[in-house]
Amino acid sequence: MISSVFRRAVHVSLLALTGTILFPACSSKNAPSETATHLPYYGDRAMQPEPISGPADTIFTVPSFTLTNQDRKTITNDTFKGKIYVTDFFFATCPSICPKMQSELLRVYEKFQGDPRVLFLSHTIDPAHDSIPVLRDYAERLGIKDASRWHFATAPHDTIFSLARAYMTGAMEDATVKGGFAHSGTFALVDPQRHIRGVYDGMEPSQVNKLMQDIPVLLKEIEAEKQTAAR
Amino acid sequence: MKLGPLQWVRAAAVLVAILLLAGCFTKRKDEGARLYAQRCASCHGEQGEGLRRLIPPLAGSDYLAQHRSSLPCQLRKGLAGEIVVNGVKYNQLMPGNESLTDSEITNLLNFVQTSWGNKGEVWTIREVADELQYCGGARGL
Repeated sequence: MISSVFRRAVHVSLLALTGTILFPACSSKNAPSETATHLPYYGDRAMQPEPISGPADTIFTVPSFTLTNQDRKTITNDTFKGKIYVTDFFFATCPSICPKMQSELLRVYEKFQGDPRVLFLSHTIDPAHDSIPVLRDYAERLGIKDASRWHFATAPHDTIFSLARAYMTGAMEDATVKGGFAHSGTFALVDPQRHIRGVYDGMEPSQVNKLMQDIPVLLKEIEAEKQTAAR
Repeated sequence: MKLGPLQWVRAAAVLVAILLLAGCFTKRKDEGARLYAQRCASCHGEQGEGLRRLIPPLAGSDYLAQHRSSLPCQLRKGLAGEIVVNGVKYNQLMPGNESLTDSEITNLLNFVQTSWGNKGEVWTIREVADELQYCGGARGL
């Protein structure tokens, strides 16, 4: 009798223990981001020599760039001054992941269409084929009429490929894959200080949803910083 | 002969085993849906919705009926140049699928013809093989 009560108690407590161990494991995965007020910083940190204060821990910064968009306008880092933006890499004739990826980015674009603080930047990794008219046609077919909100940009090959590395997107020429280029469908979220604050798999709707949650968090953070600076 | 309970259990077990074994040989079940997800959905969309004016839809597409006989070869060889679907002009390169067999093309076509509200005329493998004669011929089952 006693032993059976004891056994039962052990069973129940074991069950409860397993529950407490397993339950957070299931639910904690996305929970912090929903309540987070700050997004993490991505990229390698480097110790930079500082003449006055000594070596400083520097957050990875998107390098300077000069690109041309579908309206034949030159775009640089200054184009995104005071804004946040989302980047990806594609090419117009891409038969594999691009349409899915661009339709996911379209979802983000449509959600933040009314907010001029949020911009979009798609780079072609096939500048030889994707001329300005090709990029313009592609943008128009996607329904993007305002080039200043979503830039479809081109630049010499090396520029694009080194930018892809900066934005944490794998991109390379590969004759063995359809279309001739292998690349990942990464979206990167960049803040006004040119720091990468989010990296997402553009082929995964759940990760794209996360991006749509992170954008307001980053906007709020920027507004808070502006107010502190103004004080 | 009257079956005792043990025999019944045995008979049931044999029946289950046969059914399970048969399951091993019906890998081709839903082959069309599987091929669509692997090879088509990324561009044409999981629901055949297409992508704006970039990629034509397959759901509710008038093109499927109007160009029925050229569909098998388009799947195998791909498609380039301007086409009109439901009154909208599209001009995007579609890659071919040279590795698909005749029966895979048939299953894929029939999946598209009968999904998302489509009620197109289904294909027989014979019909598909006949059309494929125009682009390199049959490639077995």
